[in-house]
Amino acid sequence: MAQSEENAATEPTAAGADAPLIEAPADTVAGEVVLRLTDVVKTFPGVRALDGVQLEVRAGEVHCLLGQNGAGKSTLIKVLAGVHQPDSGEVEWRGEPVTFANPQAAMRAGIATIYQELDLVEDLSVAENAFLGHEHRSFGFVRRGRMARHTRQILGRLGHGEIPPGRMVRALPAAGKQIVSMARALSHEARLIIMDEPSAVLAHDEVGNLFRIIRELTAQGIAVIYISHRLEEIREIGDRVTVLKDGRTTAANLPARDTPTRDLVSRMTGRTIEYVFPDRPTDDTVGAELLQVEGLTRPGEFADVSLDVRAGEIVGIAGLVGSGRSELLETIYGARIAEAGSVRMDGRVLRPGVGAAVRAGMGMAPEERKSQALLLGEPIYRNVTLATFGRYARLGFTDAAKERAEADRIAESLELRPRDVGRPVRTLSGGNQQKVVVGRWLLGGTKLLLLDEPTRGVDVGARAELYQVIRALAAQGVGVLLVSSEVPEVLGLADRVLVMREGRVVREAPAGELDENTVLDLVMAGSLMEGAPA
Amino acid sequence: MSDATPTPTAAPERTQLPAQSPPVDPAETAVAGDKAASRGRLSWWRGENGDGAKRNLGLIGVLAALILVGAVTKPDLYDDPTWVWNNILAILQLASVVGVVTVGMTFVIIGGGIDLSVGAIVALAGVWCTTVATQSYGAAGMIFTAIVVGICVGLVNGVLISYGRLVPFIATLAMLVAARGLAASISNKQTQVSSSTFINDIAARKVLGIPILVYILGAVVVAGWILLNRTTFGRRTIAVGGNPEAARLAGINVRRHTMLLYALSGLCCGIAAIMLTSQATSAQAAMANLYELDAIAAAIIGGTLLSGGRGTIVGSLLGVIIFATITNLFAINGLSIEAQNMVKGGIIVAAVLVQQFQFKSFTRLLARNRLTTTT
Repeated sequence: MAQSEENAATEPTAAGADAPLIEAPADTVAGEVVLRLTDVVKTFPGVRALDGVQLEVRAGEVHCLLGQNGAGKSTLIKVLAGVHQPDSGEVEWRGEPVTFANPQAAMRAGIATIYQELDLVEDLSVAENAFLGHEHRSFGFVRRGRMARHTRQILGRLGHGEIPPGRMVRALPAAGKQIVSMARALSHEARLIIMDEPSAVLAHDEVGNLFRIIRELTAQGIAVIYISHRLEEIREIGDRVTVLKDGRTTAANLPARDTPTRDLVSRMTGRTIEYVFPDRPTDDTVGAELLQVEGLTRPGEFADVSLDVRAGEIVGIAGLVGSGRSELLETIYGARIAEAGSVRMDGRVLRPGVGAAVRAGMGMAPEERKSQALLLGEPIYRNVTLATFGRYARLGFTDAAKERAEADRIAESLELRPRDVGRPVRTLSGGNQQKVVVGRWLLGGTKLLLLDEPTRGVDVGARAELYQVIRALAAQGVGVLLVSSEVPEVLGLADRVLVMREGRVVREAPAGELDENTVLDLVMAGSLMEGAPA
Repeated sequence: MSDATPTPTAAPERTQLPAQSPPVDPAETAVAGDKAASRGRLSWWRGENGDGAKRNLGLIGVLAALILVGAVTKPDLYDDPTWVWNNILAILQLASVVGVVTVGMTFVIIGGGIDLSVGAIVALAGVWCTTVATQSYGAAGMIFTAIVVGICVGLVNGVLISYGRLVPFIATLAMLVAARGLAASISNKQTQVSSSTFINDIAARKVLGIPILVYILGAVVVAGWILLNRTTFGRRTIAVGGNPEAARLAGINVRRHTMLLYALSGLCCGIAAIMLTSQATSAQAAMANLYELDAIAAAIIGGTLLSGGRGTIVGSLLGVIIFATITNLFAINGLSIEAQNMVKGGIIVAAVLVQQFQFKSFTRLLARNRLTTTT
């Protein structure tokens, strides 16, 4: 990678996928480089999660990581935290190449990670959590007094001396717990603190307090890697921004405050991998009204959502994790109970409960394939018939031969590999497991298919096949309601698109009338446009 | 998949995907059906999955080793073939009551639960069916009472667990205490003698040289095997225990099924209560003591996963027979119960260690796969 700082410009070259990696001069930050990643690659079976990541973090700066879901941010964090080890490339920490064999090693070296789901022990005190695993002790006894004093001092450094070290963590609000997490990082003398969407758990006014703490940390020379979907925050707290897309760094060290928004967004979008979407049918195949959702509400998850799906139509919901989209899908399916609103299938109001939804002709492929949809140790055919085995049974006796024949037929039409339906599902790749989950609903009269992140963890080839399957189903008259955090997927596959943000539908339009940037703007808070000197 | 030709709206159901209830070419289905049927025949005896059969072969090996130990320590037993036959029958008879309880327990554990109250339910059902009032209705009344009491207590467990959301361990522990208490209060802490000759004959009689108790065990095992491997009930049991969330999202009523599993366990306890009452020609509140431990241990040795989703009836039966053989072995060698219990404890630990070893490699695989999805 060319590190020439001269040709880099604050105003990026033509936005787009083919533009070279841009780098801005980093004169705003004076500190020495503490962390440098060069061409870091990390692959998992079937997925190239990191595909040449460059990153440079200086002491005393807030370095923001930006990227869509699946861009590789979480994998990158895990590499830095010692959870994963890179396949190739170099991680340089305070001038020396390092590999962290485990999270403890990274911690000892001075890299602390604060995950979104805070890893605190709820029933231990603040001090015990701060020093978990490296308690002050002598002769096997914990020096509680010394630990409490030390914790109080750290909390003071964080500007929260008022939190009593003896208080149970359970009793603290979310913001307080986050401070305890940071206290733990400081108890390790961390030189770099990685924060994964720290503002996601905080109320609006608490974010300001978080920023004050971050500024105090950086003033002490500690580097912070800050991950957030909210651009307004990045503009406020960040010094420099590195953008990831499809596991690659597409822009490094942009100034956080004055890089135009459209440049940031275009660096995050624009595919290097082109997905092949099947053509939309040209004639109007959309049929009768199938699903009608009116004013559906679950407090804290989503509010007043109304939508409808017609037979033969694919409706896509775009939204981030936490926008309420998965919860909405599960509520429509009866797996969660709505506080207000109604769900109608074929004009009839559904009783609550999954059983009623399935009987009415709904089927769902949930977000977490392995934990929510599959019996991993059981053979493929039993997974395919999990929702329908009762229909092949006679007087309560299952008909394994019929089930195998039906599963064989499904496996054939979905091009399942391997084709042998007697094999345990756990031996299949992610894409083929997803085919099993979708295939389950091809049996027995499913009229409406709810798909939650159908292509997560699925490689490119299998994705295209799944898209074909979904389109073919729609052509048969099945209605499809699709949720995905990958905007191109929603735009490419759906006929009509709903954009969700913070539990509300903020836009509904035919897919042809939207483009990726528009949807991303909507998805990532309308405030994207504010403060942008575009 | 054939080439996708854009189909006109006239016949939308004939695209390359199988239509929902497809008018498939009859010849084609026949072939597929035949193929599947032949595979089905091959795997008929082992319940679809080769895994369980392999583990059961291991258990048969253990059983063979125990018999070998018996042959070495007590060679004169093999002098007379009738002694051998009688000893086998003695072992099976010894296994029969716990065996019936274990079948119910196996279902509960495969379904992701545990039932600590089985011994107490046996005692309660036994005591209830031998009260003076019940005995006045004759043998049929006694059998009916024992089975209904068993099912009802099981249902209470099931309702508490599935609708009251109690942890199975806690709910059935409470039932263990309460059912024995109720049994003691019904019987007034007395031993209640059964005056029904029909009941008492069940344990005393043989048909074709085999004790009736062994027939009952055989019938329950066969029924249990069919229920687990050949019915929708069994399929639901495996689904509910293996991945309750997936079962729920596939439209299976997980709560109702969980409740039914405990009722099934109660039913088995009711049957066992009649068998035990017949053996002792009486019933008392302290009967079937620690049967829950024997049944759980047998199921686990038989390869039933404590976390649910996996297990076989044949394995559980082998587990019970292995325990009975050990008891028999110690009895014919005149060794103490204490030594016997120590050996049993060792066998439980060994079985679980082996299982964990197998399970660990499986979870490692899972963990690896899971990481790939969180990129």
